[in-house]
Amino acid sequence: MALLQIAEPGLCADPHQHRLAIGIDLGTTNSLVATVRSGSAAVLEDESGRALLPSVVRYMQDGSPQVGLEAQLRQSDDPHNTIVSVKRFMGRGLKDVQDAAATPYRFVDAPGMLRLETRAGVKSPVEVSADILKTLRGRAEAALGGELTGAVITVPAYFDDAQRQATKDAARLAGINVLRLLNEPTAAAIAYGLDNASQGTFCIFDLGGGTFDISILRLSQGIFEVVATNGDSKLGGDDFDERIYRWIVEQSGIADLSAGDARLLLSLARKAKEALTEKDETRITATLSSGTAVDRVLSAETFFMLTADLITKTLGPTRKALRDAGLGVDDIDGVVLVGGSTRMRHVRSAVAKFFQREPLTNLDPDQVVALGAAMQANMLAGNHRSDDWLLLDVIPLSLGLETMGGLVEKVIPRNATLPVTRAQDFTTFKDGQTAMSIHVLQGERELTGDCRSLARFELRGIPPMVAGAARIRVTFQVDADGLLSVSAHEQTSGVQATIEVKPSYGLGDDEIARMLQDSFTHAHHDMAARNLREQRVDGLRLLEATQAALDLDGWQLLSDTERVTIDRAMETLRVMLDGLDHVAIKRAADSLNRATAQFAARRMDASIQRALAGRRLEALEA
Amino acid sequence: MAITLSASAADRIQKFLAQRGKGIGLRLGVRTSGCSGMAYTLEFVDETLPDDLSFESCGVTVLIDPKSLTFLDGTELDFVREGLNEGFKFNNPNVKNTCGCGESFNV
Ligand SMILES: Nc1ncnc2c1ncn2[C@@H]1O[C@H](COP(=O)(O)OP(=O)(O)OP(=O)(O)O)[C@@H](O)[C@H]1O
Ligand SMILES: [Mg+2]
Repeated sequence: MALLQIAEPGLCADPHQHRLAIGIDLGTTNSLVATVRSGSAAVLEDESGRALLPSVVRYMQDGSPQVGLEAQLRQSDDPHNTIVSVKRFMGRGLKDVQDAAATPYRFVDAPGMLRLETRAGVKSPVEVSADILKTLRGRAEAALGGELTGAVITVPAYFDDAQRQATKDAARLAGINVLRLLNEPTAAAIAYGLDNASQGTFCIFDLGGGTFDISILRLSQGIFEVVATNGDSKLGGDDFDERIYRWIVEQSGIADLSAGDARLLLSLARKAKEALTEKDETRITATLSSGTAVDRVLSAETFFMLTADLITKTLGPTRKALRDAGLGVDDIDGVVLVGGSTRMRHVRSAVAKFFQREPLTNLDPDQVVALGAAMQANMLAGNHRSDDWLLLDVIPLSLGLETMGGLVEKVIPRNATLPVTRAQDFTTFKDGQTAMSIHVLQGERELTGDCRSLARFELRGIPPMVAGAARIRVTFQVDADGLLSVSAHEQTSGVQATIEVKPSYGLGDDEIARMLQDSFTHAHHDMAARNLREQRVDGLRLLEATQAALDLDGWQLLSDTERVTIDRAMETLRVMLDGLDHVAIKRAADSLNRATAQFAARRMDASIQRALAGRRLEALEA
Repeated sequence: MAITLSASAADRIQKFLAQRGKGIGLRLGVRTSGCSGMAYTLEFVDETLPDDLSFESCGVTVLIDPKSLTFLDGTELDFVREGLNEGFKFNNPNVKNTCGCGESFNV
C-alpha cells in the first residue's frame, strides 16, 4: 500500500503516478541515496539504519555480487574478488591507472576501458558500479513503495566524457533512468543554496575517500553558476590511511605482508584516522597471519605531522581555481565542506586559515551531495516548480575544430556554462570540394597536435561549388551532463552529418591539469606557430584563387607584361611559403594582391557584362 | 464536521513545514481519478482560497474545500512507517472500498 507524501501546492500527482525521484552520490568510498519526501530531502537508510553504502562489491562463487558492508568486511580475506574504489577505473584504460601494480586486482586490458578478472568472470568497472547502483535502487524502491521515475547521479566535476558516459551506462545496466548527471560540488551547493537561501560567491571544498574537488560557485537569486573548477583525482582519505599504514609497518618493523594482512592494516589505519577526529590518541592492535602482533598508539599530533603535506596538496588546486575565477580569498563569501575527509580537524583548520573564515559545516559532509542530487531529481521529475532555480555548470577544457594547417579553432571556450550550444560557419577551401572532414578537439593549445583528439567525421555530398561558396555550419552541443555532440550541415544544400562524441577513454585530470599548464607555458610559442600557419593558409589560398582566375580569364584580360608581373609575384610567394617567416609570407601575399588588383577589377566588369548580356532590354528598364 | 491529525502526523507536518521554510498549513482534498473512483490529495498551503474551511489539530492548520469535506468528514490523518517506507495514511470512515493501493477509494 502506498503511503502518501505532501506535495507542493498544485503539484499533487495522480494516484499511481507518483514521480518517485532519487539522488545518488556514487562515491569512490561510499555511496548514498536520498529523496525528497513531503518537501524535505533526506538520505534513505537500509534495514539496519545505515545511510552509507560502502562502494565495495565482492563477487561470490555463484556469480552473485555482495555489495556494501559485508563485502567490505571480507575484503582482507578475499582481496582478488572484492572490488573497492571502482570509481577510479570508470572510463579508464589500463595505462591510465598508474598504481595498477599496487592493487590486488587481476586487470585485463581491453580497448577503451580496463576489465577486472574475478571468480565470477571478467567484470567491467561499469558492471561493478551497476551492482552498487542496483543495491541503492532496491533500497529506494523499498523506501518509496514504488517504481522510480528516475535518478540524478553525481560525478566529480572533473569527470571527462568517457567517465560520465561510463556512469550513465552503469545506471542503465542497473535499470535506473538517469534524469541528469550532476557535478558533486554543484549538488552540494544546491543542498546549501536551497536550505539556506545563500547569496554570494562560494567555494566548495570536497575531500572524499579518493578524490579532491574544488569548485567556485556564484549564487544569486537562486541561480547557481560554477565559475571555476579544479582538483586532484588521486587525493583523498585513502592517502591519509596509507600514511598511517606505512607508519604502522615501519614502527612495527614488518616485512613481507600478505595481501590480506595489508588490507587488514589499511582498514585499521582508516579506523585510527577516523578515531583521531574525535580523540587525541588511538590504539592500533592486530595479529597478522604470520603470528606477528601489532600494538601501537598513534597520537593526533603524529598523525597531523605524517599527513601535513597531503593538506598542502589541496591548497594548490584551490589557488588555481581562485585564479581561474579571477578572485581572491577576500571575494569568497563562504566555504562549504563536503566529503567525509573534511571531518579531520587539521583539514578544517587549514581550510579556515587559507580562507580566513570558518567553513560551513551545518549539513553532514557525507550527505550533502546526495541531498542536493535528490533536490534536483525532485525538480526534474516535476515535483517542484523549476522556475524557482536554474542550474549552470562549466566545461573544464575548450572544445574546437581543426581548421586548415593544423590549427584549432575554439568553438566552445573553457569554463563556458552548461548546457551550451555554439555554432560556427566554415567553408570549402577548394573549388568543387564535395566533402569536408571534421576533426573535434579538446584543449587549450593552438595546434591540433597539442590538443586531444575526440572524434573525426566527414560531411559528404556537398554540391560542387567554387571555393568559399559552401556554408557549412558546425554546431557543438554539450548537454547538461557534459556530453558533447557535434553536427555539421551545409546550408545551401541541407546535407547533414552528426556525431555523438564518445571517446574510447577520457582525459585524466592530471592530463587536464598538464594541458592547462602547457597552454600557459606555450602561449607565446603557440602564437608564433599560429601566425605562421595562418599566413601559410592564406598564402596558399591566394595562390590557388589567382591560378584559377588566370586559367579562366588571364589570356583575355591581361597584357603580356601584366601577366609577367603577376607570375613573378606568385613565384615570390611560393618561395616564401616554404620558409618559416610569417612576416615575409604576408608581405609576398600583399604584393601579389596588389599585382592582381587591376586584373580583379577587369574580371568583375567582364562578369557583369556577361550577366547583362543574357537579359533582354525591357527587363533592365522595368 | 471535523478532520483530525494523529500526534505523529502533526509532528511530521510541523517538521516538514519548518524545513520547507514557508507555508501556512496543510491542504487535504479529494479528486476524481484512480482505479477506484476518487483519490486523496495532500499539499502544502501557501495561500488560502475563499471557500476554504479551516481546522486546527495539534497546532497544525488544515484546510479543505467544502466539496472534499463531504467525502473526508471524520477522517484522521496518520503518519506511519512500514518497513523502509514512511508516509501519510488516511483513516476515512466514509470509505466503502479501496483499491488496495491506499490512494483511491469509493464512497
Ligand atoms: N570521522 C571521520 N574522520 C576522518 N575521516 C573520515 C571520517 N568519516 C569518514 N572519513 C573518511 O571520509 C572518506 C570517505 O568520504 P566520502 O564518503 O565523502 O567519500 P566518497 O564520496 O565515497 O569519495 P569520493 O568523493 O572520492 O568519490 C574516507 O576516507 C573516510 O575514512
Ligand atoms: Mg564524494
